[in-house]
Amino acid sequence: MRGGAANPVRLRYTKLGKVRWISHRDVARALERAFRVVQLPLAFSEGFSPRPKVSFGLALSTGHESDAEYVDLVLAEDIDLDALPARLSAALPEGVDVVGAAALAERVPALQEAVTCVEWRVDVAHTDLTEVDPARLRAEIDAALALPALAATRRRKGRDVVEDVRPVIRRITVCDGLPTNELPRSGFPVVEMEMSTQPRGAKPGDVLAAIGDFTDVRARRTYQWIERDGARQEPLDADTRPRVPEACVS
Amino acid sequence: MSDLWPRIEPLLARVEKPARYIGMEMGTEPGNLAPRHGSGRAAFLLIYPDTYEIGLPNQGLQILYELLNEREDSVAERAYAPWTDMESSMRAAKVPLFSVDTHRAATDFDVLAFNLSAELVYTNLLNLVDLAGCPVRNEDRAPRHPIVIAGGHCTYNPEPLADYVDAFVIGDGEEVISELAEVIGAWKRGGRASREAVLRDLATIPGVYVPSLYDVEYDGPVVRSVTPRFADVPAVVDKRTVADLAEWPYPKKQLVPLVEVVHDRLNVEIFRGCTRGCRFCQAGMITRPVRERPEDQVRTMVKEGLRRTGYDEVALTSLSSADFSGIEGVVADLVTDQEGTGGVSVSLPSLRVDAFTVGIASELQKVRRSGLTFAPEAGTWRLRQVINKLIIEDDLYSAVDAAYSQGWRRVKLYFLTGLPTEMDEDTLGIAQLATNVTDIGRKYTKQASCTVSVGGFVPKPHTPFQWFGQNGVDELQRKITLLRNAVRGTRAQVKWHDPKATFAEGIASRGDRRIGRVIERVWRAGGTFQEWSEGFSLDRWMDAMHAEGLDPDWFVTRHRTRDELLPWAHIAAGLHADFLWDDWQAALQAHGLPDCRWTPCYDCGVCTDYALEHVVASPTTPAGGSQGTGQDLSGSGVDVPVRFLGTKVAAPAGAGVGPPTGGVIS
Repeated sequence: MRGGAANPVRLRYTKLGKVRWISHRDVARALERAFRVVQLPLAFSEGFSPRPKVSFGLALSTGHESDAEYVDLVLAEDIDLDALPARLSAALPEGVDVVGAAALAERVPALQEAVTCVEWRVDVAHTDLTEVDPARLRAEIDAALALPALAATRRRKGRDVVEDVRPVIRRITVCDGLPTNELPRSGFPVVEMEMSTQPRGAKPGDVLAAIGDFTDVRARRTYQWIERDGARQEPLDADTRPRVPEACVS
Repeated sequence: MSDLWPRIEPLLARVEKPARYIGMEMGTEPGNLAPRHGSGRAAFLLIYPDTYEIGLPNQGLQILYELLNEREDSVAERAYAPWTDMESSMRAAKVPLFSVDTHRAATDFDVLAFNLSAELVYTNLLNLVDLAGCPVRNEDRAPRHPIVIAGGHCTYNPEPLADYVDAFVIGDGEEVISELAEVIGAWKRGGRASREAVLRDLATIPGVYVPSLYDVEYDGPVVRSVTPRFADVPAVVDKRTVADLAEWPYPKKQLVPLVEVVHDRLNVEIFRGCTRGCRFCQAGMITRPVRERPEDQVRTMVKEGLRRTGYDEVALTSLSSADFSGIEGVVADLVTDQEGTGGVSVSLPSLRVDAFTVGIASELQKVRRSGLTFAPEAGTWRLRQVINKLIIEDDLYSAVDAAYSQGWRRVKLYFLTGLPTEMDEDTLGIAQLATNVTDIGRKYTKQASCTVSVGGFVPKPHTPFQWFGQNGVDELQRKITLLRNAVRGTRAQVKWHDPKATFAEGIASRGDRRIGRVIERVWRAGGTFQEWSEGFSLDRWMDAMHAEGLDPDWFVTRHRTRDELLPWAHIAAGLHADFLWDDWQAALQAHGLPDCRWTPCYDCGVCTDYALEHVVASPTTPAGGSQGTGQDLSGSGVDVPVRFLGTKVAAPAGAGVGPPTGGVIS
């Protein structure tokens, strides 16, 4: 941290709508451009080729939506964090909106290690994209979750790998009635999934395929959680720096 | 008007790079360039017939997009060629070609306007017209179908697509696009009654060529005449030229894509046209004269562009950016402006081969000095005089020495093979140059490397080499093998372009109207994306030539004679046929021709016939010559006007040469 003036900040942002088709890396590039457009005073790493201090949280697959993505940055000076979300959102593509900003304490655990649990809301169809009967879906989920292990085939480094995803799954609930979110949905039954991310997570589609002849037509990450000592916190509430009156900063 | 998005989105989960199809670039949102449709507005779909990543950065297309969307009587959207996986999904789901802006069907537009910057995309044009749901041949289209227009460098020989494109636009697009919008708008407001009528109207616009209004007669295999069928249709169509780039500071709002594309950076065109007179270079011939943008405008466009887009890289584009007379001042300011901001990198495409240029490059790239590229184009001084690329070996070696000594590790050298009068010693000369270059590099670093990139030469219309018989596939392959053997065991690496693709490009480059049916056959046989190795097969082209009863060698490897009517003779780039022929003869005698910006005019015809002048910011001859010290710039004369920006100075003059990189429908 240059000159001791390190101001770590965590941002929460969304990825909703058409923009879900861009990659995690594309989102990162869009954010970095937005930081330059609003002339965010980012701190830079030392060395021959200084890099801005920006670290992204868990990756979000191309095609998935999210209400709750996070990025940590270090600023070289103190700025008005209340105004920051709107300023950044104006410089970001439609659907990517910064919805919260929090000052962090120094040297907090990185997002990718700190987040232990995520929640999803998923529209489910059969793998041939035909409609699923909610009762059958519920029955098959219950049966699968009663098993000690659940083998999922996943693509990793170009190879199919079989893994047990049962330890990842904490909860899968088939929603009754219409989903509560505001986006137009596909009309397929909706499930809520709560899954661990440590030591390794799983994609909703891989879990659904392990349960039965199911796939995700549309998946939206609704929460990420940091769990410590039996309590769970939204990442904007965890590891924050207490706000102090201006006059006390020397 | 239909929004096809609900039918497109379900296809995206199963295709490569789905973000190619969503649009949403920064700059297209409401309040910026968002298309505003209306019943009276002429609606243009601007199409780049290659993938989104290749097409999106095209500056010509972006300029036209912006100009059309600024007008009250027109609207523009964009489309690109869907990759083969998406195309199959679209055809299976009966989804037609769509715009990426509002996902409208292509046939909801009045015009499909294509950029043609390379001949091998011709089959993609046919495919996209077909995917739009529009008949591919002109003669089969009805008034309900859009008008198919094409612009870009390839339209200087429009004949191969004459039966497929309703109207070609020759030259810079900035001014003519308004005239097109007016004619198309009137046609639309009149209920799009007669196709014939609107084509006749289009043909009256200077720079517009409507091929169906001309009769072509043949004398055996040779074109005997191309004759307009009506008195008000011009016998010769002259190119359009924007006289002063300062009036066109476009794109003002360069689009920023969400996915990585080629040239993913801010691009600011610093001049159009080129005075070097390289004889193989079509761009340099057809875009004369040189028109520089004022230095201050360049600064403003760079500064505002970076601020608006958030890019951390800017390219100062032209056919030879180190030749920009204000380059030192602009570079110095850029470097000063960027100090302490975290760094913006500046790139100069088309580096000149000299130490001066390397000096500028080192100003610009304080960090990340990885590779520099130079283009000597030919392996011996004799052959470089033939092609008029007047770099002596010392120019190259001093440039390379400067590069390695200042921290660059990799040097890339571009060459053409299959040039007129080329002999094996010229090919071996490439290996010798590369070896010498790596030896220089090893003085500074053990990691020094040199990559030699070899492209097969395709003679292009409106150049002094338009009469030259291209090398065949076997001859090019033999030369490439000769070169590869010669560098074996050295630290130089050779990369080369597929000679078969070079041959197919030759068919299209100097083809006449009969080649259209060949292109159609290649397309019908599945030959799309011909500039991509995975899509290309020369067999399709050869089969199509034979099926049409045409001899490939007659079109490609045959030398033309002076008395032959060239199929593009009714299209004028302003260059006198005599000038081109004399330059061709001078080439055969290895006589170089100096840069006319600094030496007396040799009357190529462009400035004199079109009442144009070079527009440059400085009367000072560039250090090291405009190409290299092999060029004699000592003479002076003021035969043709050169207009200097700022104060008028009486000074050396030249007759026009110039390349454009944007502004055409491209």
